[in-house]
Amino acid sequence: MHLVYPAVLAVLLFSTGLYGVLARRNAILVLMSVELMLNAVNLNLVAFDVWLNRAARETLHSGQALTLFTIAIAAAEIGIGLAIVLAVHRNRGTSDIDRLRDTAEGHESDAPEAEKAEATA
Amino acid sequence: MTTTTLAVLVPLLPFLGAAAGLLLGRTAPGFVRPLAVLPTFAAFVLAVLVAARQGGGRAVDSATEFTPTGSVPIELALHIDGFAALVAVLVGLVALCVQIYSTGYLRDDPRYPSYAALVSLFTSAMLLVVYSGDLIVLLVGWEVMGICSYFLVGHYWETPEARAASIKAFLVTKLGDVPFLIGLFALGTDASSFRITKILGTVAGGGLHHPTLIALLLLAGVAGKSAQFPLHTWLPDAMAGPTPVSALIHAATMVAAGIYFIARLLPVFQASSAAMVVLAVMAAVTMAGSGFAALAQDDIKRVLAYSTIGQLGYMTGALAVGERGAAVFHLLSHGAFKALLFLAAGVIIHAAGTNSLAAMSRMKDLRARVPDAYWTMTVALLALAAIPPFAGFFSKESVLGAAEHVATGHTEHAPGAAGWIVLLVGLFTALLTASYATRLWLLAFRGHGAEAPDHGKQPRAMNAVLWVLAVPSLAFGLAYGVLPDWFDSRDLTPTLITSVLGTGLALVGGLVTYGAWRHTTALAGRIPLGAVAAHPEADAGLVEAEAIASHEPAYGEVAYAHDPADPGRLLLGPLHRHAAVGFHLDAVYDALFVRPVRAGASLVRFLDREVVETYVRGAGALPRLLGAAVRRAQTGNVQTYVSALLAGTVVLAVAALLVATGA
Repeated sequence: MHLVYPAVLAVLLFSTGLYGVLARRNAILVLMSVELMLNAVNLNLVAFDVWLNRAARETLHSGQALTLFTIAIAAAEIGIGLAIVLAVHRNRGTSDIDRLRDTAEGHESDAPEAEKAEATA
Repeated sequence: MTTTTLAVLVPLLPFLGAAAGLLLGRTAPGFVRPLAVLPTFAAFVLAVLVAARQGGGRAVDSATEFTPTGSVPIELALHIDGFAALVAVLVGLVALCVQIYSTGYLRDDPRYPSYAALVSLFTSAMLLVVYSGDLIVLLVGWEVMGICSYFLVGHYWETPEARAASIKAFLVTKLGDVPFLIGLFALGTDASSFRITKILGTVAGGGLHHPTLIALLLLAGVAGKSAQFPLHTWLPDAMAGPTPVSALIHAATMVAAGIYFIARLLPVFQASSAAMVVLAVMAAVTMAGSGFAALAQDDIKRVLAYSTIGQLGYMTGALAVGERGAAVFHLLSHGAFKALLFLAAGVIIHAAGTNSLAAMSRMKDLRARVPDAYWTMTVALLALAAIPPFAGFFSKESVLGAAEHVATGHTEHAPGAAGWIVLLVGLFTALLTASYATRLWLLAFRGHGAEAPDHGKQPRAMNAVLWVLAVPSLAFGLAYGVLPDWFDSRDLTPTLITSVLGTGLALVGGLVTYGAWRHTTALAGRIPLGAVAAHPEADAGLVEAEAIASHEPAYGEVAYAHDPADPGRLLLGPLHRHAAVGFHLDAVYDALFVRPVRAGASLVRFLDREVVETYVRGAGALPRLLGAAVRRAQTGNVQTYVSALLAGTVVLAVAALLVATGA
């Protein structure tokens, strides 16, 4: 199989993920898009690993090893990310990224005092 | 104990008393009075012992150098000759009297602990000046006295007069102290030592390179401290302080420090005849001017302040004719009777509830209210006017005798011109002195009008002290026979011609004033006048503070009263207005120094506010504008940030590609 197929597939996957990260409003969908991007990279890693191996320029399969690392880290990342989204959703009643603008310049929190206290606790 | 140990203890004890008083003042109020009086008493006793041991014989010298300081060495040195021993006894006596008096005078004052501690500190500093054999150590005492004077003049800092007076006293004396410091350095460099004995040795050997310059620089400091023309203006204003402070600092001791300093270093001054003539002219202007001014003052304490300036002028005159024995003799007797005058004036102010002579002259039988003050003050005024056989007569005649001695060319050590100046002006001042002394006595004790208010008896501490001081005022003059042994000086016996002339002029002055008073006193009944303190039952310190504060609203000026019944007004005629304000010297200083400094200050303020701050504000405004622009990018939307990040990455990647391919 020619290297261009997995490469093109990876570009498509990465672009879809990038679009999702930049444009989706739901935090969970953003996280899923991040996973897409990571998997695009994984695909690249595996494909190039095979390609280089066939050319006998590299025989240690370091691309595949790195992919395993990426998968493990992605699993941890998605676990923490989903926990944060869950906590935000419980506190705010929403996980819409457009409405989570606490770091904006001149932002005055319109949340009631009690809610804020809960959030800090 | 050796004499040196005793002498070290003399300044040390009041210092320790002051430190303890300042520390314990709030926590243990019961100890404040003993801590104020006992160390001073011990210092007095020790000073007497030191004087007895020294006995006018060879000077006691002792020195130790703590650490080498490079160039000219500074040593902790004692130099106790007859002058030092006797002046220390005077300082101890007056300080003791003042401390005892203050326990009564300020008995209800909440700030008494700090006051007593400062008086002790002051006493210690003065004793240090007296005993010190090293000029830098002397300077330490000299400056400590200055700062104590500042604090004590401003004791009633609630009143604007006291605040202004304390700052004025400090600044004017500092004006003299700066040249004084330079003069000391010049002297130390020339003699390559600050030890008085070594300096005198250098002078005797002709080793002084710039005698005139050094003498004139030192003279500036002396003029400031001893209130000599033209730096005397702080002294009358310093009367805003409590009366015991006036008695201690501004009559008997601190102002005498300048005279004492010249007396110690007289050979330095004698090395330059120009300095001696300047000294004589300064003394003459001071004596005559202060005599006129004293005759026109309405505040009883200001009369005494100007008379202090005048008597210090006599001492300066004696020094100008090279007779330090006479100067210190007058210093001692003047210290006793002037302290007595001030303390008695404090009693009178308390009893009358006013410090205005015009108001007192409208009170009948004031003398019956304060019999002790009446009699002792009469003694002191007779001493001031130099009527025989009181102390002032002998000391003043010794000054005039010395001036005559020089004027007639009997000696080599002073220019004849100085002798004539001092002699003639001194005789004229004798007339003025007697005149204002008489005026003070008549106005204070021979008033007509309403009965003087009865505020009960004065505290016993205050009255007893008056009698203690009355003894030297009465009898100290008879010591003229023994003093030359102490002072290694010429005979101090009054000479016949100057005695007759001086006493005659004094009598003339007194009688003329009496005549004028008889003439004007009838007017007193017709024009009511007078401001009295709001709380006459309170302790004397408060009464005095209120009296001073009420003077200006009642009369329009702090020194002057529009009283046609004042004999001084008749005697001085058109001069009276000018004399009352000290011959406008304050106005001159105002125009010469105060206003330029103020104008400079407002210029600096303008530059600071309008110019410097504009730059500062401009420097701050630009970053703030940029910051506001950048802050707009902070929308809070994470996706916008990531988009910007992506755009940046793409741009960088394209740029890197372009560079890599060499396009």
